[in-house]
Amino acid sequence: MMTATLPPPPLRLDQKRIALAFLLAALVLVIFRPALPAGLIRLPEGLILPFADWINATFAFARDELGLMTVTRAFSDMVEACLDVTANLLYGKSRWPYVGPIPWAVIAATAGMAGYALGGARLALLAGGTFVWIAVMGQWKWAMETLSVIVVAVPFSVVFGLLMGTLAWRSRLAERILNPILNIAQSLPHFAYMIPVVVFIGVGPKAGAIVTIIFSVPPMIRMTLLGLRGVSPEIIESGKMSGTTRLQLMTRVRLPAARTEILIGVNQVIMQSLAMVVLASFIGMPGLGQKLLQLLQALKIGLSVEIGITIVLLAIVLDRMSKAWAVKQPEHATGPWLYRHRLLLIWLGLVALGFVLAWVHPYFSEVGRKQALSMAEPVDAAVGVLIEMISPVTDWLRWFLITWVLIPLRDAFLWLPTTAVLLALAGIGWRVGGLRSALVCLAFALPIALSGWWDRAMITVYTVFVSVALALILGVPLGLLGAVNEARSRRFLLVCDTFQTFPSFIYLIPVIMLFGVNDVAVIAAVVVFATVPIVRYTIEGLRGIPPEIVESAQMSGASPMQLLRHVKLPLAVPTLVVGANQSIMFSLFMVIIAAFIGTQDLGQEMQRALSSTDVGKGLVLGFAVAFMGLLADHLLLKWAHGRGVALRSS
Amino acid sequence: MTASEVVISCRNVWKVFGDYPDRLRLTPDTTMDELRATSHIAAVRNVSLDIRRGEMLVVMGLSGSGKSTLVRCLARLLDITSGTVEVEGRDIGKLTEPQLIELRRKKMGMVFQSFGLLPHRTALENVAFPLEMRGQDRASRIARAREVLELVGLKGREGYFPRELSGGQQQRVGIARSLAVEPDIWFLDEPFSALDPLIRREMQDEFLRLKGMLAKTIVFITHDFDEALRLADRIAIMKDGAVEQIDTPDRIVMAPATPYVAKFTESIDRARVIHAGALALPVDGRPVEGDPLPAGETLHALARRIVGDSRVLIPLSTQGRISGLLDRKAALDLLLGPAT
Ligand SMILES: Nc1ncnc2c1ncn2[C@@H]1O[C@H](COP(=O)(O)OP(=O)(O)OP(=O)(O)O)[C@@H](O)[C@H]1O
Ligand SMILES: [Mg+2]
Repeated sequence: MMTATLPPPPLRLDQKRIALAFLLAALVLVIFRPALPAGLIRLPEGLILPFADWINATFAFARDELGLMTVTRAFSDMVEACLDVTANLLYGKSRWPYVGPIPWAVIAATAGMAGYALGGARLALLAGGTFVWIAVMGQWKWAMETLSVIVVAVPFSVVFGLLMGTLAWRSRLAERILNPILNIAQSLPHFAYMIPVVVFIGVGPKAGAIVTIIFSVPPMIRMTLLGLRGVSPEIIESGKMSGTTRLQLMTRVRLPAARTEILIGVNQVIMQSLAMVVLASFIGMPGLGQKLLQLLQALKIGLSVEIGITIVLLAIVLDRMSKAWAVKQPEHATGPWLYRHRLLLIWLGLVALGFVLAWVHPYFSEVGRKQALSMAEPVDAAVGVLIEMISPVTDWLRWFLITWVLIPLRDAFLWLPTTAVLLALAGIGWRVGGLRSALVCLAFALPIALSGWWDRAMITVYTVFVSVALALILGVPLGLLGAVNEARSRRFLLVCDTFQTFPSFIYLIPVIMLFGVNDVAVIAAVVVFATVPIVRYTIEGLRGIPPEIVESAQMSGASPMQLLRHVKLPLAVPTLVVGANQSIMFSLFMVIIAAFIGTQDLGQEMQRALSSTDVGKGLVLGFAVAFMGLLADHLLLKWAHGRGVALRSS
Repeated sequence: MTASEVVISCRNVWKVFGDYPDRLRLTPDTTMDELRATSHIAAVRNVSLDIRRGEMLVVMGLSGSGKSTLVRCLARLLDITSGTVEVEGRDIGKLTEPQLIELRRKKMGMVFQSFGLLPHRTALENVAFPLEMRGQDRASRIARAREVLELVGLKGREGYFPRELSGGQQQRVGIARSLAVEPDIWFLDEPFSALDPLIRREMQDEFLRLKGMLAKTIVFITHDFDEALRLADRIAIMKDGAVEQIDTPDRIVMAPATPYVAKFTESIDRARVIHAGALALPVDGRPVEGDPLPAGETLHALARRIVGDSRVLIPLSTQGRISGLLDRKAALDLLLGPAT
């Protein structure tokens, strides 16, 4: 109580001065760069630490000496057994239980009924329609290859997440250990997960499933922890007074009471799985992702668009259904048995009908390549004409961006002395959060310098920098436009939500279509991907301003413009910064993914590490990316938090 | 009420919330301010009391005075900071987990202030939950749950989820859940707070009936003095975590131990609380004339007869025998206020 009202210690001024000193030092280094010894411009060779070799040695030790290989083998065999079952059921791979592929009509009916049960007629239409589309367009087998992995990976992730979340909830120590690991895990780019999996498991669906499981566990752990923490104490006490044992309390009181959070975790697991499964095509995972990759590399736009639509539809269906499940509260049922189980009965009827249809006509069992309703050729032609038409614009834009913006900026980033960058980061850190933040910044930045990948990292930084800057230029006005009134902001947020469910890979289709395979396409993809969170947080920041403040400003005679400039924007800035932070994270992920269409940054090296299965290198690069993200995250959130607190208390 | 065996006994119980309650040195004289200086809060302060079999102890006090916390300590939902709580002679602080679970399954029941219903179970499943934990078979626990739900007037709502019930209905599910197992020791934390007056009275009658029939030991928290007077064998008044007075309703009203209790009971209509016997003077050879009045009735119930009586000293009878004399003037003073 007392301490809260004490005046802040007079350290503030010093903090500013120290930060200034660091920044000045950095400036001096930049100004006198031509005169600097080489060792200050880039760290001398002797200082570069062979992180990759160490990691490789550790992995080799774990594999050969600790017998980790047997453990992973056992696990991957288990996963493979499950995959065989789903593969047999969904697309008829000749494995146990030898049932053969379920006719698409049956699966579409099932999806539709599940949609109906969870969210009514609209969701039923969306879910059923998506599967009909997939079948009719002749993409059934690829989609089922993808789904067969998701169906296996999601339950594994959910169970792991529940177990580890419970562990973290039970023991403070476990939470302390898990928390930083999760932070890093959630900022590691997708490829960083793939390389060790390739080393231990190999390539193919099995590896795809396992990398998907590993990648999608972290949000489940977090949501489990959050849910268990949030259960009201009286519910737990009432459980205890009913005489539950610890296990009973866990399984019958705590976990069911945390249902909503846990199901939101499941939703996140599903979405992460979909994103990863699509990308796992890089390690030989068949399915929609692989098809898309091949088509994009062959520049077959029409077919890629069709597959892109399928992936987008699947993403929306999976997201809406799992979210509907999470928010659905139990409701009492009345009436006779037949009435209460009507959905089940209708579903059974539809399934029977589907089987009968499939038996009567093979079209309802599988749509052959020839019968498929693909419109790729006309689309290709139309796109060709369109591109022809706008190519003067895009060509000019490409030329302009590359020669006047991208290359000069890239060169400038590369020109900066490493030491100056480190000093500047320390200075900014000190300004934002004192000594601690300065040390945190250095702890993230120094390893990148020491790893020897500085130049590549700077190219990644430059790409992200340009992309986020462009995203801000695009996103903030869009956000302002969206926040005009309640109805419109809800529509905008819905669109943002939907865009965020798309696997990142999808964003490459239109940009490759427009710009071809080059730097500008990468930036364009990243910009589109990174604009979404900016729009969303701009809207949320503006909508979150207490109405009294706006009203009091209006009563002071502020015009709408003045209101925006002097009241709304300053108040929305902390929220906007949170959006920018997410935008940076998204950009980093996207830059790395986009590497396969040609960049020279960390992502490209990571692709190389993937193809040469160099775990050490891959992980070092992955950590470099993660550290960049975490550094930005630390600075921005710390600042936004301080700013938000300052605003609220005044 | 005959002095029978003590069921719950607590000695110098402290419950302190804060960062390091274990490091504190607590003595009976430790004050709130001393604790506050170390940013601790004593929710229960040096409480000692005994509750006997068949007794209903009503705990009263302002919001935040530590009533709920005290009850939680008695049920060991909270581990106390110092002191001992004994239930049927066993120190519950020392029970192992299986013993504690056994105790709760076999002996204890509780109604929670904010109900504590399991959101994912229907009313019926909520009520059946403690039976399920006891290992009772499905058919019999469902039957029993139906029975008690009907008792609390929720027939027809068995399949509803807590979210779909009103506050009062949820509270009745909570009551039914604790009734289902017929516990010997019953903790009721404002069990009727959300009920309308009619159902409230029905519930009170039901509890009185059960208590009379089965010799239950009940700790009952309420903010409603009328309710307390209807139900209580003894009342404990709490202030800032300490029990200011624990006594029969008569004595709480007539002989408040502290100014706080006096103030707390100020607004009550005394005539409704005080029994004629509580004012009785010894006979001491004085003449006993005419028909006696029953000593066990409240003055309020006897008002008409006292006003109409002309005797200065009215004899009182307990179980057919003259037990004392009632000073009519004193009784009228209590009924009508002191003469001016
Ligand atoms: N878990 C806890 N942590 C910290 N302080 C607590 C906790 N539980 C209760 N307290 C404090 O203990 C004091 C007593 O709380 P308690 O809930 O026992 O009051 P009460 O008498 O039941 O009040 P009411 O009539 O409002 O239910 C309060 O000051 C409360 O803030
Ligand atoms: Mg209370």
